[in-house]
Amino acid sequence: MLNYILLRLLRMIPQILIISVIAWIIIQLPPGDYLTEHINRLRASGLTVDSAEVDRLTKMYGLDQPYWGQYWKWVTGIVTQGDFGYSFTYAKPVNQVIGERIGMTFFIAMLAFIVCWGFAIPVGILVAVKQYSVLDYVFTFLGFIGLAVPGFLLALVLMYISLTWFGLHVGGLFSPEMITAPWSWAKVVDFLGHIWLPVIILAIGGTANLIRTLRATMLDELRKQYVIVARAKGLSEWRVLISYPVRIAINPILSTFGWLLVWFFSGGTVVEIVLNLDTAGPVLWRSLMQQDMYTAGAYIVIIGALTTLGSLVSDLLLAAVDPRVRFGKMEAA
Amino acid sequence: MSATSIPTTEKPPVLPAKKKTREIEKGEEFYRAGQWQLVWWKFRRHKLAQLAMIVLGILYFTAIFAEFVTPYDPLHRMKEYAGMPPTTIHWIDAQGTFHLPFVYKPVQARDPETFRPIYQEETSQIYPIKLFVHGDPYKLWGVLSSDIHLYGTDLQAEGAVIPVFLLGADTLGRDVLSRVIFGGRISLTVGLIGIALSFVFGLVLGGVAGFFGGLVDEVIMRLIDILISLPQIPLWMSLAAALPQDWPQLRTYFFVTIILSIFGWAYLARTVRGKLLSLREEDYVMAAQLDGESEGSIITRYMLPGFASYIIVSLTISIPGMILGETSLSFLGLGLQSPTISWGVMLQDAQNLQAVSQLPWLLWPVVFVVIAVLMFNFLGDGLRDAADPYVT
Repeated sequence: MLNYILLRLLRMIPQILIISVIAWIIIQLPPGDYLTEHINRLRASGLTVDSAEVDRLTKMYGLDQPYWGQYWKWVTGIVTQGDFGYSFTYAKPVNQVIGERIGMTFFIAMLAFIVCWGFAIPVGILVAVKQYSVLDYVFTFLGFIGLAVPGFLLALVLMYISLTWFGLHVGGLFSPEMITAPWSWAKVVDFLGHIWLPVIILAIGGTANLIRTLRATMLDELRKQYVIVARAKGLSEWRVLISYPVRIAINPILSTFGWLLVWFFSGGTVVEIVLNLDTAGPVLWRSLMQQDMYTAGAYIVIIGALTTLGSLVSDLLLAAVDPRVRFGKMEAA
Repeated sequence: MSATSIPTTEKPPVLPAKKKTREIEKGEEFYRAGQWQLVWWKFRRHKLAQLAMIVLGILYFTAIFAEFVTPYDPLHRMKEYAGMPPTTIHWIDAQGTFHLPFVYKPVQARDPETFRPIYQEETSQIYPIKLFVHGDPYKLWGVLSSDIHLYGTDLQAEGAVIPVFLLGADTLGRDVLSRVIFGGRISLTVGLIGIALSFVFGLVLGGVAGFFGGLVDEVIMRLIDILISLPQIPLWMSLAAALPQDWPQLRTYFFVTIILSIFGWAYLARTVRGKLLSLREEDYVMAAQLDGESEGSIITRYMLPGFASYIIVSLTISIPGMILGETSLSFLGLGLQSPTISWGVMLQDAQNLQAVSQLPWLLWPVVFVVIAVLMFNFLGDGLRDAADPYVT
């Protein structure tokens, strides 16, 4: 097990490196460099920027160095000081801008995750046991819809429905009067009144997918002989289910921890933008629209690192419950 | 793996009872049928997939002949009908007489309380909906000049257009249905072209990894793992944001498809590699090697037919992702831009909730996106079942 964990941790290093390179490429993509843009902005706002100041800034950002030198400076800044650069859209250091909001993005993803598992696991088992029942067809149909309707379209339609039918503005994380208020019981209630919508929208697609996976694995397992043996031994149907097929069918579900996180971050970005939440997704959007590339790059690195971490957790969970993974090849199961 | 037998020795699929007699007569035919014939027979039993094929066929047909099937030019602004709700089609006029479908001339008025434009019908004269009417001139595919549209009302009447907005008009008085159909031309082909690009990358890299194995395999697979583990949409957004705004429409379109295919190839490469690895163990491949066939010829002549069906399936399944990718990018203003019409671009109007609550028909592109995605999913499911020789 220890070997496995070490190997798995080692594998994360090249992953995060490549993510940082991708983010760096994205930062460099737009024509012109960040500094020229920044100086133009400063000048446009009426500030005088003399050439000594330009030189100082050029040095500070390492723009006098070749590409790899700039990359190195950027990466070491992140690793040693947590410095992701400066966001001119928000006029703050990037790590502050994103740091304030990434927690909420992660929190929403986690809630969506709980909803997803909490709903999909019992339903997945149920529809497999009651194959071809009305419930099975209903959930298969809903599952198809859940997979086909992307979160942001769902958000759009739900916002329209709640506005025209109930007269409610459901966007945002708080009611307007609550945004600046200090945390209190009333604010928590207000927050819960807003958070459920993005959570459910995010959870729907993942849930549909999970139910499908679980149903397929369960059906495979239910046909196996050990189930017949267990029944022949006179175990109650409930024990038969929980002790054997469910235990096996749950394995692929554990491995979904990684990709569900990717799914939530990926689809979540647009959902957050549509619902106008004060989370990390809209930061990416706003900074991209302004070509504020350091902020965008930081978002990519952080989200990339979080998903890498997610897949690590998911692999370790899987190794913990499934001995085949621990002792066999890393890719097994 | 090497123990698996070649598909032709499999027992015939269990056929539905009602077709039994016909199928038994076909028995001889069944054993002589080629791979694609077998796939087709199995596919025909998948009703949902067939429905999907028909619906997608209609969608692509209208997209191809968009100029003809739409009643108006998608950029034609009829200011006097801005934000008009879907036109009511009448069969019975004010006198109670039956007619073939017709419309009344809408007249704009102001709501006395909200001052918003509302539309009333002038029931004094009926305007029949006709087929093949003259309307906005167009050049089909930039070649065939014409002004014949599938349906509409006579343009000449009173010198103005009596609109037939089956799905309503947007805030600028453009026909939503015409725009949805033209939007399909972009949104539905982005997926296809993106897939074609992913196909080339995926096939080459997956093929190389699967065939040569070893270090090459390791490097390519790690790269794929990393790409797949990244959230696509933020990366798509970042890449699309780098596209200059002043580029010509066609170039932006092309680059958007390239961006969309950057991740698509990874899944395909993985499928191809997995399939190649198992096929490489097959006896007939070894036989070919012993016969002194070159590696290239073994891949193309012996192994490619073995996994072609899997490729088609995984291609079909990745199309909806690309359609959604284009829609989200354009919706966020990072992909295609107006005046290019795509479903995502149209949905930009729907970002303004106030506008949507007044003109809910601006949400029609959502319906079309969902239908297209759903149908591709059904089609993919059907193809997967049909292409798998071991599932009967």
